[in-house]
Amino acid sequence: MSVIIILLIASISVAAIFLIAFLWGVKSGQFEDEYSPPSRILFDDKPSSSTKTK
Amino acid sequence: MPSPDLTAKKTQCYHCGETCPNERIQRQEKNFCCEGCKMVYQILNQSDLCEYYNLNENPGISQQIKLRKDKFAFLDDEKIQVQLLSFRDDKQVHVTFYLPQIHCSSCLYLLENLYRLNDGVISSKVNFTRKEVDIVLLTGQTSLRKVAETLTSIGYEPYISLNDLKEKRPAINKSMVYQLGIAGFCFGNIMLMSFPEYLGIDASETGLRSIFRWINFGLAIPVLLYSALPFYTSSWKSLKHKVLNIDAPIALAIIITFIRSAYEVISGIGGGYFDSMTGIVFFMLAGRILQDKTYRQLSFERDYTSYFPIAISVLKEEKEIPTALPDIKPGDTLLIHNEELIPADGILTKGKAFIDYSFVTGESLPVLKEVGELVYAGGKQTGGNIEILVVKEVAQSYLTKLWNKDAQIDIGVKKEEQSKSVSFVHLLSRYFTYIVLSIAIATAVYWQINDPARLWPAVTSIFIIACPCALLLSNTFTNGNILRILGRNHFYLRSAQTIDDVAKATHIVFDKTGTLTTTQQQNISYKGTELTAYQQQQVAALAACSSHPLSKALAKHLSTEKRTDVAGFKETTGQGIEGFANDDLLKLGSCKFVTGIAERQTGTAIFINIENKLYGYFLFSNHYREAIPDLLKKLKGNYRLSVLSGDNEAEKENLQRLLGKKATLLFHQKPEDKLQYIQHLQQHGEKVMMIGDGLNDAGALKQSDIGIAVAEQTNNFTPSSDAIIEAKQLSRLNKFIQLCRANRNIIIASFVLSIVYNIIGLFFAVQGNLSPLVAAILMPSSSLSILLITFGSSSLLAKRMKL
Repeated sequence: MSVIIILLIASISVAAIFLIAFLWGVKSGQFEDEYSPPSRILFDDKPSSSTKTK
Repeated sequence: MPSPDLTAKKTQCYHCGETCPNERIQRQEKNFCCEGCKMVYQILNQSDLCEYYNLNENPGISQQIKLRKDKFAFLDDEKIQVQLLSFRDDKQVHVTFYLPQIHCSSCLYLLENLYRLNDGVISSKVNFTRKEVDIVLLTGQTSLRKVAETLTSIGYEPYISLNDLKEKRPAINKSMVYQLGIAGFCFGNIMLMSFPEYLGIDASETGLRSIFRWINFGLAIPVLLYSALPFYTSSWKSLKHKVLNIDAPIALAIIITFIRSAYEVISGIGGGYFDSMTGIVFFMLAGRILQDKTYRQLSFERDYTSYFPIAISVLKEEKEIPTALPDIKPGDTLLIHNEELIPADGILTKGKAFIDYSFVTGESLPVLKEVGELVYAGGKQTGGNIEILVVKEVAQSYLTKLWNKDAQIDIGVKKEEQSKSVSFVHLLSRYFTYIVLSIAIATAVYWQINDPARLWPAVTSIFIIACPCALLLSNTFTNGNILRILGRNHFYLRSAQTIDDVAKATHIVFDKTGTLTTTQQQNISYKGTELTAYQQQQVAALAACSSHPLSKALAKHLSTEKRTDVAGFKETTGQGIEGFANDDLLKLGSCKFVTGIAERQTGTAIFINIENKLYGYFLFSNHYREAIPDLLKKLKGNYRLSVLSGDNEAEKENLQRLLGKKATLLFHQKPEDKLQYIQHLQQHGEKVMMIGDGLNDAGALKQSDIGIAVAEQTNNFTPSSDAIIEAKQLSRLNKFIQLCRANRNIIIASFVLSIVYNIIGLFFAVQGNLSPLVAAILMPSSSLSILLITFGSSSLLAKRMKL
């Protein structure tokens, strides 16, 4: 029976971690712009061009 | 109409994708539609940013409209800077620009590489949904003005209006998302904790059972105290106004369910209904967020300040000084450039004014004003520079007064009406509340007589099960989805209520200029003796010498590549032009100017006289938006139609043919006339849908039951309205209306279903034996099935209608 209590604590705290992660995500504005981050990752930063800029 | 050259393959501009003109503008084997686009390409090419073109095909913004050089001079003004900057110290300056042109990942790429174009830029970050770019600058290295000019040079002209200066746009309401997150967390866990109870936990394990119950109790508290807050505040507000809104029974159900469940847990009778309670809150919040999200980006509340430019050049001692608009005083001399708005009423002191009042009056052709005449605010100068002497402050000018008058009308008339036309959902829900209350009372009386012990269980479970959440969900989810579908098709509604209004409309009133017709294009037809290609060339060459908008349009219409020499050019203002083209004397202009006889004619025409022989005339007529005739044909059968125009009657026959004999056509309509016409229709019991674009329609748009503003670009200024439609989508209006009508049927169908659920639940509840298990199955399943039905059917319908 005590195993169940340990499991309960574990499961709720794992869920709580996800809740906190979600709240943090909302707070830091991750859901405000759903378009730019996925496109940004696709831009190749060509090394040749970046060295060109002084 | 110029017949499109079908033999030549159309070449697209490499930069913006527009069709290229005949004369080639090329660079490195790439075609461009204009010098502007070519220049942007060169700038990007030099900085090695051509990745821009690889990400999307023809991503650029057409550069055909050129900008004035000193347009952003006002950004050097200290006072304006302070209002725009979000942060500033010795090292860095932070500024946010609103760039309505942002539309694809190429834009993102280019704007985030801004530091390569301007050395003073440290970094730039785009927020795509808000269409904003946050730029960090090195203090001293570059100026705000230079950055704005860099952005403009690559086709992203920052949009800066007085509204931005006054207040920051409201931040997104995050608290509701937090509330949803917490409600979801608690709901999910309570569901899990409730399973043992429902599956029949062994009676011997009472200790474990009570642990589960108490955990549920604890998890329900944040939902009760935090997540459900919006329902309390909304129902409290409505109760204060002595109205019972839909949130009141929900708030009541949440509180009663909690008290009853808490009582059960504390006294050890049962597990309570915590799962049902948190479920309600979770689903309701989700519906509300969905509804909010749809029209967050668009601002419907705009006033005249967002229409005016931020600053204007004031002439002081022969110098142009950019001055913020509120600082302009009567007695100042303003310099108005081509394509600039006149911000205050004044007297023309220098230059020739062709003022385009189409936004204020609906008249499509520019009005000529001579030195000494009064010009009103709100007009747009076309042609050369003019100077005006301000006679009235910005805040007191004709335009702002017009606006304020509308506001007064709005308060007076529409308020009254709005309280009358409460949405039928709220109406139904009000009855719903009364029905539930009376069932509860009847049950209470029955059990009081027969078995007082079962009174409280029965009454509380009635409130639990009869929560109108399924009813409300059917409403929020269908509306939310419809708004989303319409928004995807560039038809933006102010609120869910607007869907209902669209569905109810019986009479559609169109504005002509800018709504049915475009202001940018005109049809030019020629009547009379045929002109040879050589003669056309001569006419074009002469017309090109004049800055009159009609001459310009004609020159463009006849544009030829060969050069023709023009000598002895003379322009008689407001009448016509004359001159020698390749040694032939040409006269172009009004009938009176060319023939000497004043002839009555409808419409705008340019008469042509070559070597003292009258050849004929070019007739200018409105250019209807694409597919408008088709739309009108479809609407004709189902609605009464009217057209109101501030313009002359030249188009009457044409319109009558398009709209059918029954339609009402009114011309020379002033803003007040339009408003009165709408009122007149409403007095005869019509539900009026008004579609217009300009400020001249603003009053009528507000007065009508549903006012739809037509915008070339949704980010452009529009008068305040119930809905905004992108000009290109206007032809699909009938489909949108159809969808709004279907919306009602979907809601009614799901209403019926949710009432069935309620009746089943009430059957158990009145007997006083609603078990938590029945509640736990009934409530989420009703919510979920309603969600599926509303979402599925509205999406399916939209797919069928190809929206």
